Amino acid sequence: MSEQQYVQLIVTRQDGPDSQPYKEEFKIPYRKNMNVISAMMEIQRNPVNAKGEKVAPVQWESNCLEEVCGACSMVINGKPRQACTALVDRLEQPIRIEPMRTFPVIRDLVVDRSRMFNALKRVKAWIPIDGTHDLGPGPRIAENDRQWRYELSKCMTCGVCLEACPNVNTKSNFVGPFVVGQVQLFNSHPTGAMNKEERLEALLDDGGLQECGNSQNCVQACPKGIPLTTAIAKSNRDATVHMFKKWLSN
Amino acid sequence: MSRERSFFNRRLHSLLGVIPVGFFLVEHLFTNYAATKGAQAFVEQVEWIWGIPFITVLEIFFIFLPLLYHGVYGLYIALQAKNNVGNFNTFRNWMFTLQRITGVATLIYVVWHVWETRVQVALYDMNATQLANLTHDILQNPVNLALYLIGLVAAVFHFSNGMWTFLITWGVTVGPRAQRVSSYVWAVVFVLVSYLGISALLAFAQSDFMGQMAQH
Repeated sequence: MSEQQYVQLIVTRQDGPDSQPYKEEFKIPYRKNMNVISAMMEIQRNPVNAKGEKVAPVQWESNCLEEVCGACSMVINGKPRQACTALVDRLEQPIRIEPMRTFPVIRDLVVDRSRMFNALKRVKAWIPIDGTHDLGPGPRIAENDRQWRYELSKCMTCGVCLEACPNVNTKSNFVGPFVVGQVQLFNSHPTGAMNKEERLEALLDDGGLQECGNSQNCVQACPKGIPLTTAIAKSNRDATVHMFKKWLSN
Repeated sequence: MSRERSFFNRRLHSLLGVIPVGFFLVEHLFTNYAATKGAQAFVEQVEWIWGIPFITVLEIFFIFLPLLYHGVYGLYIALQAKNNVGNFNTFRNWMFTLQRITGVATLIYVVWHVWETRVQVALYDMNATQLANLTHDILQNPVNLALYLIGLVAAVFHFSNGMWTFLITWGVTVGPRAQRVSSYVWAVVFVLVSYLGISALLAFAQSDFMGQMAQH
Protein backbone atom coordinates (compact mmCIF):
# COMPACT_ATOMS: atom_id res chain seq x y z
CA MET A 1 0.00 0.00 0.00
CA SER A 2 1.19 3.45 -0.86
CA GLU A 3 1.36 6.29 1.64
CA GLN A 4 -1.91 7.66 3.02
CA GLN A 5 -3.19 10.58 0.94
CA TYR A 6 -5.23 13.45 2.37
CA VAL A 7 -8.01 15.69 1.16
CA GLN A 8 -7.81 19.32 2.17
CA LEU A 9 -11.06 21.19 2.77
CA ILE A 10 -11.66 24.82 3.72
CA VAL A 11 -15.18 25.15 5.05
CA THR A 12 -16.87 28.49 5.65
CA ARG A 13 -18.73 27.91 8.88
CA GLN A 14 -21.27 29.84 10.86
CA ASP A 15 -22.47 28.79 14.31
CA GLY A 16 -25.93 30.29 14.06
CA PRO A 17 -28.15 32.51 11.90
CA ASP A 18 -26.79 35.71 13.46
CA SER A 19 -23.19 34.76 14.16
CA GLN A 20 -20.16 35.75 12.12
CA PRO A 21 -18.93 33.33 9.45
CA TYR A 22 -15.37 31.97 9.75
CA LYS A 23 -13.19 29.62 7.74
CA GLU A 24 -11.99 26.30 9.11
CA GLU A 25 -9.54 23.94 7.48
CA PHE A 26 -9.82 20.15 7.59
CA LYS A 27 -7.47 17.42 6.44
CA ILE A 28 -9.14 14.07 6.02
CA PRO A 29 -7.84 10.72 4.80
CA TYR A 30 -8.42 10.15 1.10
CA ARG A 31 -10.50 7.24 -0.14
CA LYS A 32 -11.28 6.34 -3.71
CA ASN A 33 -14.39 7.86 -5.33
CA MET A 34 -15.15 10.31 -2.55
CA ASN A 35 -17.64 13.10 -3.02
CA VAL A 36 -18.00 16.22 -0.91
CA ILE A 37 -20.73 14.57 1.18
CA SER A 38 -18.56 11.58 2.08
CA ALA A 39 -15.72 13.96 2.87
CA MET A 40 -17.98 15.78 5.32
CA MET A 41 -19.18 12.47 6.78
CA GLU A 42 -15.50 11.81 7.48
CA ILE A 43 -15.36 15.13 9.40
CA GLN A 44 -18.50 14.05 11.25
CA ARG A 45 -16.81 10.79 12.30
CA ASN A 46 -13.69 12.59 13.48
CA PRO A 47 -14.43 16.28 13.99
CA VAL A 48 -10.87 17.51 14.29
CA ASN A 49 -9.65 20.47 12.25
CA ALA A 50 -6.30 20.79 10.48
CA LYS A 51 -4.76 22.32 13.60
CA GLY A 52 -5.70 19.20 15.54
CA GLU A 53 -8.42 20.89 17.63
CA LYS A 54 -11.66 19.07 18.33
CA VAL A 55 -14.54 21.09 16.89
CA ALA A 56 -18.27 20.75 16.36
CA PRO A 57 -18.90 18.64 13.24
CA VAL A 58 -19.86 20.58 10.09
CA GLN A 59 -23.62 20.77 9.53
CA TRP A 60 -25.11 20.26 6.08
CA GLU A 61 -28.30 19.04 4.48
CA SER A 62 -28.55 16.15 2.08
CA ASN A 63 -31.12 13.63 1.09
CA CYS A 64 -31.22 11.64 -2.13
CA LEU A 65 -27.47 11.62 -2.89
CA GLU A 66 -28.22 11.36 -6.62
CA GLU A 67 -28.81 15.00 -7.62
CA VAL A 68 -32.58 14.95 -7.74
CA CYS A 69 -33.64 16.46 -4.42
CA GLY A 70 -31.60 19.68 -4.39
CA ALA A 71 -31.02 19.65 -0.62
CA CYS A 72 -27.21 19.53 -0.63
CA SER A 73 -26.64 22.65 -2.75
CA MET A 74 -23.62 24.65 -1.61
CA VAL A 75 -20.86 26.73 -3.13
CA ILE A 76 -17.92 24.47 -3.97
CA ASN A 77 -14.77 26.13 -5.30
CA GLY A 78 -16.81 29.23 -6.11
CA LYS A 79 -19.58 27.43 -7.99
CA PRO A 80 -23.02 26.66 -6.55
CA ARG A 81 -23.78 22.97 -7.09
CA GLN A 82 -24.87 19.80 -5.34
CA ALA A 83 -22.32 18.34 -2.94
CA CYS A 84 -23.40 14.78 -3.83
CA THR A 85 -22.21 15.05 -7.43
CA ALA A 86 -19.11 17.07 -6.55
CA LEU A 87 -16.49 14.33 -6.86
CA VAL A 88 -13.31 14.96 -4.88
CA ASP A 89 -11.11 13.53 -7.66
CA ARG A 90 -12.37 16.21 -10.05
CA LEU A 91 -11.99 19.15 -7.67
CA GLU A 92 -9.04 21.41 -7.20
CA GLN A 93 -7.62 21.25 -3.66
CA PRO A 94 -7.95 22.71 -1.15
CA ILE A 95 -11.67 22.33 -1.77
CA ARG A 96 -13.39 25.54 -0.71
CA ILE A 97 -16.89 24.90 0.62
CA GLU A 98 -19.27 27.72 1.45
CA PRO A 99 -23.01 28.00 2.05
CA MET A 100 -25.20 29.63 -0.63
CA ARG A 101 -25.28 33.02 1.03
CA THR A 102 -28.05 34.29 -1.24
CA PHE A 103 -30.24 32.50 1.30
CA PRO A 104 -30.31 33.02 5.06
CA VAL A 105 -27.69 30.74 6.60
CA ILE A 106 -29.02 28.67 9.49
CA ARG A 107 -25.82 26.93 10.47
CA ASP A 108 -22.59 26.09 8.59
CA LEU A 109 -23.80 24.92 5.16
CA VAL A 110 -27.49 24.70 6.01
CA VAL A 111 -29.52 27.47 4.38
CA ASP A 112 -33.20 28.36 4.45
CA ARG A 113 -34.61 28.10 0.93
CA SER A 114 -38.21 28.87 1.89
CA ARG A 115 -38.22 32.03 -0.26
CA MET A 116 -38.33 29.63 -3.23
CA PHE A 117 -41.42 27.91 -1.90
CA ASN A 118 -42.99 31.33 -1.33
CA ALA A 119 -42.21 32.27 -4.92
CA LEU A 120 -43.87 29.08 -6.18
CA LYS A 121 -46.96 29.86 -4.10
CA ARG A 122 -47.02 33.40 -5.42
CA VAL A 123 -47.19 32.30 -9.07
CA LYS A 124 -49.61 29.45 -8.25
CA ALA A 125 -47.24 26.80 -9.53
CA TRP A 126 -49.83 24.01 -9.53
CA ILE A 127 -52.84 22.90 -11.55
CA PRO A 128 -56.17 23.28 -9.74
CA ILE A 129 -58.07 20.08 -10.56
CA ASP A 130 -59.70 19.27 -7.24
CA GLY A 131 -63.46 19.19 -7.46
CA THR A 132 -66.41 17.55 -5.78
CA HIS A 133 -67.04 15.35 -8.79
CA ASP A 134 -64.95 13.31 -11.23
CA LEU A 135 -63.62 15.66 -13.89
CA GLY A 136 -62.71 12.81 -16.22
CA PRO A 137 -59.38 12.30 -17.94
CA GLY A 138 -57.39 15.40 -18.89
CA PRO A 139 -56.63 16.38 -22.48
CA ARG A 140 -53.77 14.67 -24.33
CA ILE A 141 -50.49 16.50 -24.76
CA ALA A 142 -48.57 16.63 -28.03
CA GLU A 143 -45.18 14.89 -27.94
CA ASN A 144 -43.32 18.15 -28.64
CA ASP A 145 -45.03 19.88 -25.72
CA ARG A 146 -44.39 16.88 -23.49
CA GLN A 147 -40.66 17.00 -24.22
CA TRP A 148 -40.53 20.74 -23.44
CA ARG A 149 -42.52 20.23 -20.24
CA TYR A 150 -40.32 17.31 -19.21
CA GLU A 151 -37.25 19.54 -19.31
CA LEU A 152 -38.98 22.18 -17.18
CA SER A 153 -40.29 19.58 -14.75
CA LYS A 154 -36.75 18.62 -13.72
CA CYS A 155 -36.51 21.64 -11.41
CA MET A 156 -35.73 20.52 -7.85
CA THR A 157 -35.80 24.03 -6.26
CA CYS A 158 -32.15 23.55 -5.34
CA GLY A 159 -31.42 27.29 -5.37
CA VAL A 160 -28.35 27.16 -7.61
CA CYS A 161 -29.85 29.53 -10.20
CA LEU A 162 -30.58 32.11 -7.50
CA GLU A 163 -27.04 31.89 -6.19
CA ALA A 164 -25.64 32.25 -9.73
CA CYS A 165 -27.88 35.15 -10.76
CA PRO A 166 -26.29 38.60 -10.35
CA ASN A 167 -29.75 40.12 -9.94
CA VAL A 168 -30.79 37.98 -6.96
CA ASN A 169 -29.30 39.79 -3.97
CA THR A 170 -30.16 41.86 -0.95
CA LYS A 171 -30.56 45.04 -3.04
CA SER A 172 -33.11 43.45 -5.37
CA ASN A 173 -36.40 41.63 -4.81
CA PHE A 174 -36.06 39.28 -7.80
CA VAL A 175 -37.74 35.97 -7.02
CA GLY A 176 -35.25 34.06 -9.17
CA PRO A 177 -35.03 32.35 -12.57
CA PHE A 178 -36.43 28.95 -11.50
CA VAL A 179 -39.93 30.30 -10.94
CA VAL A 180 -40.15 31.47 -14.57
CA GLY A 181 -39.53 27.90 -15.70
CA GLN A 182 -42.30 26.71 -13.37
CA VAL A 183 -44.76 29.26 -14.74
CA GLN A 184 -43.99 27.96 -18.25
CA LEU A 185 -44.36 24.37 -17.01
CA PHE A 186 -47.86 24.92 -15.67
CA ASN A 187 -48.95 27.36 -18.36
CA SER A 188 -48.04 24.87 -21.08
CA HIS A 189 -50.22 22.16 -19.54
CA PRO A 190 -53.62 22.02 -21.29
CA THR A 191 -55.51 22.13 -17.98
CA GLY A 192 -53.03 24.46 -16.32
CA ALA A 193 -53.38 26.86 -19.26
CA MET A 194 -56.89 27.69 -17.99
CA ASN A 195 -55.20 29.80 -15.29
CA LYS A 196 -52.27 31.06 -17.31
CA GLU A 197 -53.20 34.76 -17.05
CA GLU A 198 -53.30 34.48 -13.27
CA ARG A 199 -49.80 32.96 -13.16
CA LEU A 200 -48.42 35.41 -15.68
CA GLU A 201 -49.75 38.43 -13.78
CA ALA A 202 -48.27 37.10 -10.56
CA LEU A 203 -44.97 36.66 -12.40
CA LEU A 204 -45.04 40.29 -13.54
CA ASP A 205 -45.58 41.61 -10.03
CA ASP A 206 -42.78 43.52 -8.32
CA GLY A 207 -39.63 41.42 -8.16
CA GLY A 208 -40.81 39.23 -11.02
CA LEU A 209 -39.73 38.39 -14.54
CA GLN A 210 -38.70 41.95 -15.44
CA GLU A 211 -35.82 41.86 -12.94
CA CYS A 212 -33.93 39.48 -15.24
CA GLY A 213 -30.83 41.15 -16.69
CA ASN A 214 -29.96 38.43 -19.24
CA SER A 215 -26.60 37.45 -17.78
CA GLN A 216 -27.77 33.89 -18.56
CA ASN A 217 -25.84 32.51 -15.59
CA CYS A 218 -28.91 30.50 -14.55
CA VAL A 219 -28.92 28.31 -17.64
CA GLN A 220 -25.16 27.75 -17.29
CA ALA A 221 -25.38 26.89 -13.61
CA CYS A 222 -28.56 24.78 -13.55
CA PRO A 223 -27.51 21.22 -12.63
CA LYS A 224 -30.54 19.81 -14.44
CA GLY A 225 -29.91 21.70 -17.68
CA ILE A 226 -33.32 23.37 -17.60
CA PRO A 227 -33.74 25.82 -20.54
CA LEU A 228 -34.34 28.71 -18.13
CA THR A 229 -33.36 31.49 -20.54
CA THR A 230 -35.78 30.10 -23.14
CA ALA A 231 -38.48 30.02 -20.47
CA ILE A 232 -37.65 33.64 -19.59
CA ALA A 233 -37.77 34.86 -23.20
CA LYS A 234 -40.99 32.89 -23.79
CA SER A 235 -42.54 34.50 -20.71
CA ASN A 236 -41.38 37.89 -22.00
CA ARG A 237 -43.23 37.17 -25.25
CA ASP A 238 -46.32 36.08 -23.29
CA ALA A 239 -46.06 39.26 -21.22
CA THR A 240 -45.84 41.47 -24.32
CA VAL A 241 -48.94 39.86 -25.84
CA HIS A 242 -50.75 39.96 -22.49
CA MET A 243 -49.91 43.63 -21.97
CA PHE A 244 -51.21 44.78 -25.36
CA LYS A 245 -54.30 42.57 -25.07
CA LYS A 246 -55.09 44.09 -21.68
CA TRP A 247 -54.59 47.67 -22.86
CA LEU A 248 -56.64 47.24 -26.00
CA SER A 249 -59.45 45.14 -24.55
CA ASN A 250 -60.23 47.27 -21.50
CA MET B 1 -51.08 49.02 -12.26
CA SER B 2 -49.35 49.85 -9.02
CA ARG B 3 -48.65 46.19 -8.38
CA GLU B 4 -46.89 45.87 -11.72
CA ARG B 5 -45.01 49.15 -11.39
CA SER B 6 -41.53 47.68 -11.75
CA PHE B 7 -42.67 45.72 -14.80
CA PHE B 8 -43.95 48.95 -16.37
CA ASN B 9 -40.76 50.86 -15.47
CA ARG B 10 -38.51 48.16 -16.86
CA ARG B 11 -40.41 47.88 -20.11
CA LEU B 12 -40.46 51.67 -20.49
CA HIS B 13 -36.72 51.75 -19.83
CA SER B 14 -36.18 49.07 -22.47
CA LEU B 15 -38.43 50.76 -25.04
CA LEU B 16 -36.98 54.25 -24.56
CA GLY B 17 -33.47 52.84 -24.90
CA VAL B 18 -34.31 51.97 -28.50
CA ILE B 19 -37.02 54.45 -29.43
CA PRO B 20 -35.94 57.21 -29.35
CA VAL B 21 -32.54 57.07 -27.57
CA GLY B 22 -30.96 54.32 -29.68
CA PHE B 23 -32.44 55.74 -32.85
CA PHE B 24 -31.06 59.17 -31.95
CA LEU B 25 -27.58 57.76 -31.29
CA VAL B 26 -27.39 56.19 -34.75
CA GLU B 27 -28.84 59.32 -36.40
CA HIS B 28 -26.37 61.53 -34.49
CA LEU B 29 -23.35 59.47 -35.55
CA PHE B 30 -24.65 59.36 -39.11
CA THR B 31 -24.84 63.17 -39.15
CA ASN B 32 -21.36 63.47 -37.65
CA TYR B 33 -20.02 61.13 -40.30
CA ALA B 34 -20.52 64.03 -42.72
CA ALA B 35 -17.51 65.59 -40.99
CA THR B 36 -15.30 63.07 -42.79
CA LYS B 37 -16.21 64.90 -45.99
CA GLY B 38 -15.05 68.19 -44.52
CA ALA B 39 -16.43 70.94 -42.32
CA GLN B 40 -18.66 72.29 -45.09
CA ALA B 41 -20.56 68.99 -45.44
CA PHE B 42 -20.98 68.81 -41.66
CA VAL B 43 -22.28 72.37 -41.44
CA GLU B 44 -24.82 71.66 -44.19
CA GLN B 45 -26.07 68.57 -42.32
CA VAL B 46 -26.41 70.53 -39.08
CA GLU B 47 -28.25 73.37 -40.81
CA TRP B 48 -30.64 70.87 -42.38
CA ILE B 49 -31.43 69.36 -38.96
CA TRP B 50 -31.82 72.78 -37.36
CA GLY B 51 -34.34 73.54 -40.10
CA ILE B 52 -36.70 70.77 -38.95
CA PRO B 53 -39.90 72.36 -37.60
CA PHE B 54 -40.43 72.17 -33.80
CA ILE B 55 -36.83 71.01 -33.36
CA THR B 56 -36.73 72.21 -29.72
CA VAL B 57 -39.91 70.29 -28.90
CA LEU B 58 -38.41 67.21 -30.56
CA GLU B 59 -35.18 67.68 -28.64
CA ILE B 60 -36.99 67.91 -25.30
CA PHE B 61 -39.58 65.17 -25.73
CA PHE B 62 -37.75 62.78 -28.04
CA ILE B 63 -34.20 63.12 -26.80
CA PHE B 64 -33.76 64.88 -23.46
CA LEU B 65 -36.60 63.40 -21.37
CA PRO B 66 -36.30 59.80 -22.65
CA LEU B 67 -32.53 59.98 -22.19
CA LEU B 68 -32.96 61.33 -18.66
CA TYR B 69 -35.37 58.53 -17.74
CA HIS B 70 -33.23 55.85 -19.36
CA GLY B 71 -30.10 57.20 -17.66
CA VAL B 72 -31.51 57.62 -14.16
CA TYR B 73 -33.51 54.38 -14.05
CA GLY B 74 -30.61 52.59 -15.71
CA LEU B 75 -28.27 53.79 -12.99
CA TYR B 76 -30.66 52.34 -10.42
CA ILE B 77 -30.64 48.99 -12.26
CA ALA B 78 -26.85 49.00 -12.63
CA LEU B 79 -26.32 49.63 -8.91
CA GLN B 80 -28.66 46.76 -8.01
CA ALA B 81 -26.53 44.08 -9.63
CA LYS B 82 -24.06 41.93 -7.70
CA ASN B 83 -21.61 41.33 -10.53
CA ASN B 84 -20.01 37.91 -10.36
CA VAL B 85 -17.79 37.42 -13.41
CA GLY B 86 -15.14 36.16 -10.99
CA ASN B 87 -17.14 32.98 -10.36
CA PHE B 88 -19.08 32.87 -13.64
CA ASN B 89 -16.59 33.67 -16.33
CA THR B 90 -18.95 33.33 -19.29
CA PHE B 91 -19.40 35.51 -22.36
CA ARG B 92 -22.96 36.54 -21.50
CA ASN B 93 -22.07 37.32 -17.89
CA TRP B 94 -19.28 39.59 -19.14
CA MET B 95 -21.76 41.27 -21.47
CA PHE B 96 -24.11 41.74 -18.50
CA THR B 97 -21.34 43.40 -16.48
CA LEU B 98 -20.08 45.48 -19.42
CA GLN B 99 -23.62 46.62 -20.17
CA ARG B 100 -23.72 48.13 -16.68
CA ILE B 101 -20.21 49.58 -16.81
CA THR B 102 -20.73 51.13 -20.26
CA GLY B 103 -24.13 52.40 -19.17
CA VAL B 104 -22.65 54.36 -16.29
CA ALA B 105 -19.70 55.50 -18.46
CA THR B 106 -22.08 56.65 -21.20
CA LEU B 107 -24.22 58.55 -18.70
CA ILE B 108 -21.19 60.46 -17.38
CA TYR B 109 -19.88 61.05 -20.90
CA VAL B 110 -23.22 62.25 -22.26
CA VAL B 111 -23.68 64.77 -19.43
CA TRP B 112 -20.22 66.20 -20.13
CA HIS B 113 -20.69 66.10 -23.91
CA VAL B 114 -24.08 67.84 -23.77
CA TRP B 115 -22.60 70.53 -21.51
CA GLU B 116 -19.66 71.11 -23.85
CA THR B 117 -21.66 71.24 -27.07
CA ARG B 118 -25.45 71.59 -26.92
CA VAL B 119 -25.50 73.81 -23.83
CA GLN B 120 -22.72 76.06 -25.22
CA VAL B 121 -24.66 76.41 -28.50
CA ALA B 122 -27.70 77.53 -26.51
CA LEU B 123 -25.74 79.87 -24.19
CA TYR B 124 -23.81 81.66 -26.92
CA ASP B 125 -26.43 81.31 -29.65
CA MET B 126 -23.92 79.72 -32.02
CA ASN B 127 -24.43 79.02 -35.68
CA ALA B 128 -23.49 75.73 -37.34
CA THR B 129 -20.04 76.93 -38.40
CA GLN B 130 -19.24 78.06 -34.86
CA LEU B 131 -20.41 74.66 -33.60
CA ALA B 132 -18.08 72.90 -36.04
CA ASN B 133 -15.27 75.12 -34.85
CA LEU B 134 -16.10 74.44 -31.19
CA THR B 135 -16.10 70.67 -31.76
CA HIS B 136 -12.83 70.96 -33.63
CA ASP B 137 -11.30 72.90 -30.72
CA ILE B 138 -12.46 70.36 -28.15
CA LEU B 139 -11.14 67.38 -30.10
CA GLN B 140 -7.76 68.91 -30.89
CA ASN B 141 -6.92 68.30 -27.24
CA PRO B 142 -5.65 64.67 -27.19
CA VAL B 143 -7.06 64.03 -23.69
CA ASN B 144 -10.52 65.14 -24.83
CA LEU B 145 -10.19 63.07 -27.99
CA ALA B 146 -9.28 59.98 -25.95
CA LEU B 147 -12.20 60.55 -23.56
CA TYR B 148 -14.57 61.09 -26.50
CA LEU B 149 -13.37 57.87 -28.13
CA ILE B 150 -13.95 55.94 -24.89
CA GLY B 151 -17.38 57.56 -24.41
CA LEU B 152 -18.34 56.83 -27.99
CA VAL B 153 -17.34 53.17 -27.93
CA ALA B 154 -19.07 52.74 -24.55
CA ALA B 155 -22.27 54.28 -25.92
CA VAL B 156 -22.22 52.16 -29.08
CA PHE B 157 -21.49 49.01 -27.10
CA HIS B 158 -24.34 49.81 -24.71
CA PHE B 159 -26.63 50.37 -27.69
CA SER B 160 -25.64 47.19 -29.57
CA ASN B 161 -25.72 44.89 -26.56
CA GLY B 162 -28.86 46.67 -25.38
CA MET B 163 -30.52 45.79 -28.67
CA TRP B 164 -29.66 42.16 -28.03
CA THR B 165 -31.38 42.28 -24.62
CA PHE B 166 -34.22 44.41 -26.00
CA LEU B 167 -35.13 41.59 -28.40
CA ILE B 168 -35.28 39.17 -25.45
CA THR B 169 -37.14 41.56 -23.16
CA TRP B 170 -39.92 41.93 -25.72
CA GLY B 171 -39.96 38.22 -26.53
CA VAL B 172 -38.69 38.47 -30.11
CA THR B 173 -35.65 36.21 -29.83
CA VAL B 174 -36.75 33.29 -27.66
CA GLY B 175 -34.58 30.22 -28.29
CA PRO B 176 -30.81 29.84 -27.91
CA ARG B 177 -30.25 29.72 -31.68
CA ALA B 178 -32.18 32.94 -32.28
CA GLN B 179 -30.28 34.61 -29.46
CA ARG B 180 -26.93 33.43 -30.84
CA VAL B 181 -27.71 34.76 -34.32
CA SER B 182 -28.84 38.01 -32.69
CA SER B 183 -25.44 38.27 -30.91
CA TYR B 184 -23.65 38.06 -34.27
CA VAL B 185 -25.96 40.63 -35.87
CA TRP B 186 -25.46 43.14 -33.06
CA ALA B 187 -21.71 42.51 -32.98
CA VAL B 188 -21.60 43.57 -36.64
CA VAL B 189 -23.75 46.60 -35.85
CA PHE B 190 -21.35 47.49 -33.01
CA VAL B 191 -18.40 47.46 -35.42
CA LEU B 192 -20.17 49.45 -38.14
CA VAL B 193 -21.63 52.13 -35.88
CA SER B 194 -18.33 52.45 -33.99
CA TYR B 195 -16.62 52.96 -37.35
CA LEU B 196 -19.04 55.80 -38.18
CA GLY B 197 -18.43 57.52 -34.87
CA ILE B 198 -14.67 57.03 -34.67
CA SER B 199 -14.04 58.28 -38.19
CA ALA B 200 -16.11 61.40 -37.45
CA LEU B 201 -14.19 62.07 -34.23
CA LEU B 202 -10.84 61.66 -36.00
CA ALA B 203 -11.99 63.96 -38.80
CA PHE B 204 -12.94 66.69 -36.29
CA ALA B 205 -9.56 66.29 -34.61
CA GLN B 206 -7.55 66.96 -37.78
CA SER B 207 -5.65 70.21 -37.48
CA ASP B 208 -6.80 71.46 -40.90
CA PHE B 209 -10.47 70.53 -40.35
CA MET B 210 -11.75 74.12 -40.44
CA GLY B 211 -9.24 75.08 -43.13
CA GLN B 212 -10.91 72.70 -45.55
CA MET B 213 -14.01 74.80 -45.12
CA ALA B 214 -12.30 78.05 -46.11
CA GLN B 215 -11.25 76.48 -49.39
CA HIS B 216 -14.89 75.89 -50.44
